[in-house]
Amino acid sequence: MHTESVIIKGKYLDSVKLMLISKEMRSQTGVSDAVAIMATPENLAILQATGMMVNGIDTADPADICIGVVAETEDIASQVIDLARDRIAKGFASGAESSAAESKPRTIDSALRIMPRANLTLISVAGKYAAREARKALSRGLHVMLFSDNVSIEAERELKEYALSRGLLMMGADCGTAIINGIPLAFANQVRCGNIGIVSAAGTGLQEVSCLIHNKGCGISQAFGTGGRDGKKQIGGLMLMACLQYLIDDADTKVIVLISKVPDQEVMDQIWSMIATTAKPAVVALMVPFAPPPLKNVHPAPNLAAAAVLACRLATGDQTLIGNGKGQNGDIYPNRKLITLPREPKRVRLCALYSGGTLSYEAQVIYHQKMDRYAYSNAPLEPSYRIDGLTESMEDVILDLGADEFTVGRLHPMIDYALRVKVIEDFSKREDTGVILLDVVLGFGSHPAPQEELAPVISKVITEHGVVVICTVVGTDEDPQNRSQVIAALKASGAVVTGSNAEACEIAMSIIQTLRRS
Amino acid sequence: MELKNKPVGTLSINALDKDIQVINIGLKSFADTLRSVKTPVVEVDWQPPATTDLKALAVLDRHQDTIDKANEKVMQIIQSGKPLLLGLDIARNVIPGMHNDLILHAGPPVTWERMCGSMRGAIIGAILYEGKAQTIEEAQHLAGSGDLEFAPCYEYDSVGPMAGIVTASMPVFIVRNQTYDNYAYCTQNEGLGKVLRYGAYQPEVIERLRWMEQILYPCLDRAIRSLGSIDLGNLIAQALQMGDEVHNRNRAGTSLLFRHLAPALIRTMKDTEDTAKVLEFINGNDHFFLNLSMPAAKSILDAAKGIDHSSIVLTMARNGTDFGVRLAGTGDAWFTGKAPIPDALYFPGYSKEDANPDIGDSSITETAGWGGFAIASAPAIVQFVGGKASDAMRYTRSMYEICAGESRYYQIPSLDFRGTPLGIDIRKVIENDLTPFIDTGVAHKDPGIGQIGAGVVQAPIEPFNLAMTGLADTLSKE
Repeated sequence: MHTESVIIKGKYLDSVKLMLISKEMRSQTGVSDAVAIMATPENLAILQATGMMVNGIDTADPADICIGVVAETEDIASQVIDLARDRIAKGFASGAESSAAESKPRTIDSALRIMPRANLTLISVAGKYAAREARKALSRGLHVMLFSDNVSIEAERELKEYALSRGLLMMGADCGTAIINGIPLAFANQVRCGNIGIVSAAGTGLQEVSCLIHNKGCGISQAFGTGGRDGKKQIGGLMLMACLQYLIDDADTKVIVLISKVPDQEVMDQIWSMIATTAKPAVVALMVPFAPPPLKNVHPAPNLAAAAVLACRLATGDQTLIGNGKGQNGDIYPNRKLITLPREPKRVRLCALYSGGTLSYEAQVIYHQKMDRYAYSNAPLEPSYRIDGLTESMEDVILDLGADEFTVGRLHPMIDYALRVKVIEDFSKREDTGVILLDVVLGFGSHPAPQEELAPVISKVITEHGVVVICTVVGTDEDPQNRSQVIAALKASGAVVTGSNAEACEIAMSIIQTLRRS
Repeated sequence: MELKNKPVGTLSINALDKDIQVINIGLKSFADTLRSVKTPVVEVDWQPPATTDLKALAVLDRHQDTIDKANEKVMQIIQSGKPLLLGLDIARNVIPGMHNDLILHAGPPVTWERMCGSMRGAIIGAILYEGKAQTIEEAQHLAGSGDLEFAPCYEYDSVGPMAGIVTASMPVFIVRNQTYDNYAYCTQNEGLGKVLRYGAYQPEVIERLRWMEQILYPCLDRAIRSLGSIDLGNLIAQALQMGDEVHNRNRAGTSLLFRHLAPALIRTMKDTEDTAKVLEFINGNDHFFLNLSMPAAKSILDAAKGIDHSSIVLTMARNGTDFGVRLAGTGDAWFTGKAPIPDALYFPGYSKEDANPDIGDSSITETAGWGGFAIASAPAIVQFVGGKASDAMRYTRSMYEICAGESRYYQIPSLDFRGTPLGIDIRKVIENDLTPFIDTGVAHKDPGIGQIGAGVVQAPIEPFNLAMTGLADTLSKE
């Protein structure tokens, strides 16, 4: 027989709990007797009387817990002592309180207590507080998607440097969309999993490309958003490059798509250097046509739709896939000959009302290419083409209604269609409006049934004013809104619905060219 | 093409976990989306920080590691405090710096002019008790004359409930933190009703104080010293499991103390009737133990004074005018705000109109993790917080949100013996916009009347904001 004793200084447990611990100790195999008890004089006397006064216990103070074991071997004795120590340290059941009973977490730390294995934080609080929350999340080892805007570029740089020093994603600020492991974050679409990896510094650009990839039957490995400023000199492309490297290394990614407005030259050079290190094909869309470096695996895409098609071709090896027509998954191809043009000769102007910033940008680029001049916009390609708000313009306008000036005190136009419905009506009443161009962005977070808002006003303005309404629907049939249903309803209202934004722009521009020639 | 720049090798992201689990802070719809695709998500009920001094907040953020380290040290010290009751003595003999013209009071420093009614009343009573004046008018005159020195108990290793008046002739309990060899002192509890600590100064109040000095004190002192010492930590741990939170409910603590004392009082007695009266007095005063739980807390917390950079609160104290806070990391600086009027249950005939703003050093118990922080331990007084045991549990749970840790020693039965919330971290107070929750008695605003109710009070945010700025100042100076 082996006896062992331990004194735990200054720890109080009530006698019932100590008895339960003693019982558990005694129930272990090879233990002939065991006790855990407060070392009060009375208790020590009991131990003495019952022959459990193991050596050493007698030196304990009344405020100590003493543990004694009589066991067959030394090993068993020390195991049982350890067991008792553990039970006493936990206050027997401390921390076992059910998490459901926890009060609602008010901080990241208390959320982590409820979900200790959390690995990503999605932050959308007011900008002036957002960077702090992001830093806290990163310091706890969590990836961050920062949806909030109004974060200073210095803070963004600092956050991204800190994140990368810890091997973490820091998507944003102002990152509206990402798909991680197939899970849609913020304004994202339900997209099939697959082998095309995307890194995008353009929110709706990511939505457009990922949806088109899905609609052509392919899928996404990861779709990282970086926030629109990542390619700027001040950020230095930190997250674009880190995500690019991730996709290069990622075994699930066969084809890489990089989407950004033209980044800072140094950033661009580094990106090319990185692409040069991999054999994986990389589709690069910079929103404008550009001269690619002489790298075999770089595939320049002039626009978002082209990027999606190129990626799908590379992923499937099917070179017959084309941009706007013959995809197998509900792609649409409006017959231009069937479009009814406005009868009134004055109706020759374009009015494009976008909810997606990148889509509005792309529309302006295409406009510039086709029309050889700039469109007017609240977010123009050329500063001198800026118009403020909805001021009357006798020119073609391409507006981003998701820009700050339109969202003050109002929900984003992807969620709330009231502003667009009103602007569609107002612009249609003007005698020179010929074509109205709209994006309808589906997916999580967006309006649950945009066709219900749009169809009535579309059929009204077509009937009353004879304008042409062209819609591009960004989404998939897996989205909560169901792309096919939305398209069917819009078509029924008389709208021309296209398979991509680029296609919608092409059609819109060619119609106004036709109208102006005649 | 010439590739000028090599890719930067350090820019890498760790392989993503297979299962994404998300903490959502902000728009609720994003969490709804995640739930709809069966992704685990926890929503943070986010509030903007309670401060407009975002600069100070940024300083604390930048020094997070330094502060965390300092706090760890503070927590280690607080966790290992071991308060023992050694006996009693007359204040002038034991409290360092005590002298005949010094009057100690509760809370942060306050001048006679700014003192509330009940504190003025208590000072008048103390002057009469000390024999420095014969009439109330004389006492009032003396108090305002500038001949007497007023100072916080806190700055003299002492604590006092309510007005917290300590003068040179008053007997005080001597509590020693055995681990760190520091001392704390507190007067004997007078009971309820018309008592000095609530600002009453009638003849019967002074008479009771004299009896406490002449009979209670020597009897208790002999008994305690005959025992060697009494382990207050142990009694408090037990009391928390017997329905006390050792601030507003001290029935179990007083009973436990009584059991320790009774045989010792008998053995050391000189006069049967006196001894019987002493036992009756303790038995008749459920709050007797409060004046021991307070110096116990004080001795535990004081051991952590002067740990630079720590954001842990070591002092919360009120003087009926101001609510004061001190941090381990900001030395002797007081950060104060207006003392709030407690939310209370009033004795018949009284209402909030009559209430004095919050007063007393007894919030030292909350600072040590008891009192309001442990109200889930005290089902008998949940009527102060809404009447249901679940309300009390909610209050206690919310206090974990502003604390650096949980006690390893003091536990709450109704929370499955979870340790009490311990170590108020001002960063978390600001972050959560949630201030400590304090159990309290309510004094009448006029001197001489006494207690009119009991209830709870939420500490004002102002002193915590100032403390944050103060801590940020010390950090940015380096």
